Amino acid sequence: MERDDLIVNDSYALNAHHSEEEGVAIRKKIYLVTVILSVITAIEVGMGVMFKRSEAFTWTAIKWTFIVLTLFKAGYIVMSFMHLGDERKNLRNAVIIPYFVFILYLIFIAITEGLAHYGMDQMFH
Amino acid sequence: MSGEAKSAISKEVLWGGGRSPFSVSYGKMMMWYFLVSDALTFGGLLIAYAFWRASSVDPWPIGEQAFRALPGLEGEYPLAYVALMTFILIVSSVTMVLAVEAGHRNDRSGVLKWMGLTVIGGIFFLGSQAWEWSHFIHGSGGCFNLAKEVTITTPDGDALTLPAGERVYMDHHFGHLMEMHIQDPLTVPISEDGGHVVLTELGDHPHEAHLHSLRINKYIEDETELEGDAMMTLWNARSENFSFGAPIPGLGADWGGINHSEYATQQGYSNFFFFITGFHGFHVFSGVIINLVVFLMVLNRVMERRKHYEMVEKVGLYWHFVDLVWVFVFTFFYLI
Repeated sequence: MERDDLIVNDSYALNAHHSEEEGVAIRKKIYLVTVILSVITAIEVGMGVMFKRSEAFTWTAIKWTFIVLTLFKAGYIVMSFMHLGDERKNLRNAVIIPYFVFILYLIFIAITEGLAHYGMDQMFH
Repeated sequence: MSGEAKSAISKEVLWGGGRSPFSVSYGKMMMWYFLVSDALTFGGLLIAYAFWRASSVDPWPIGEQAFRALPGLEGEYPLAYVALMTFILIVSSVTMVLAVEAGHRNDRSGVLKWMGLTVIGGIFFLGSQAWEWSHFIHGSGGCFNLAKEVTITTPDGDALTLPAGERVYMDHHFGHLMEMHIQDPLTVPISEDGGHVVLTELGDHPHEAHLHSLRINKYIEDETELEGDAMMTLWNARSENFSFGAPIPGLGADWGGINHSEYATQQGYSNFFFFITGFHGFHVFSGVIINLVVFLMVLNRVMERRKHYEMVEKVGLYWHFVDLVWVFVFTFFYLI
């Protein structure tokens, strides 16, 4: 079979070029993401000032709201600013899947063991 | 920005060699792999922090009570300064992505403008962090421990019994004047005047400082501010151990030592805070340097000779990653 897809020299980088008109659309998207990130940060700061830490259920809910908002921000930064969303699906998966497998396991084990350690401290204090 | 990534490759030729199965250049792919490993490092650090916090029996400091100062202003503005720092970093991330976009249009002057602004944003962030660190290290103005059990009346009218050894925090201004005399605390001329403690400095610059209020539960619970009689009761029950901010090694017991310092309540918090924000600050610093190098390369028309600005895209990835880490640091140290 005749190959016409071979990449020589800097073709990958050269292929990323876009026109002035496309640039206008891309910049519009960048400014939109900027507004989203700023608004989420403002909401987080507002909530941080407003709510006091407590043992109550509401604080647990607020804590999870912070984490979800943070993940939203992280998603926008990675997918839009780092334009991982525009890359091939297999690069996206090669970056994200191994990371989440490791990190979720680490979070699980550290919190579990931390709380167990807390229980031991309480018992023998 | 997708470029090559969107072009279809037939299954037959995909594994035939000669091209990247990810349709990105080698350098960009390696930058992604580096970022994954660096993200695991930061993830590991933040998870270690979570472990420490979950296992801690002692109360944990509250972010908005520890960080609420603004440079040059009296009063309290919880989270305002760190919100400003976050905003600076987000804006510098935006200027970076605009530089990448300009690069894809071969717009050299656009790249220079946006990269220059990114470098300036990074320098502003580093400066803000330096101020915040120095402010946090210096602390609230000092604290002392109670020598004996004391019962006081809170502003709400409740009777409150504080055990011996309870930490009491002094007024910022008073603490700073006290600091100059602390190496010989017993000879500091202190008097009482109308429910206030007055410190008179007899040195070259005569100056009086009034202690108007004391604080308990600072950093860890809803703090209580005490004035008048309650304040005087606490002041009279003080032990001789004063400390100011973080302990300074080698200055001896008069400075309080590590067990009496302002952060002795929860040393783990400040250890992790300084390590993780310090490690992040180091990333910002190296990001600024690398951005500056690429800026100079663009200035010297290196990218024009290469006919593409992929280098800008690669440092951009690193710079956005620095912003990404800060988003998590912000949540876990200041908000939760």
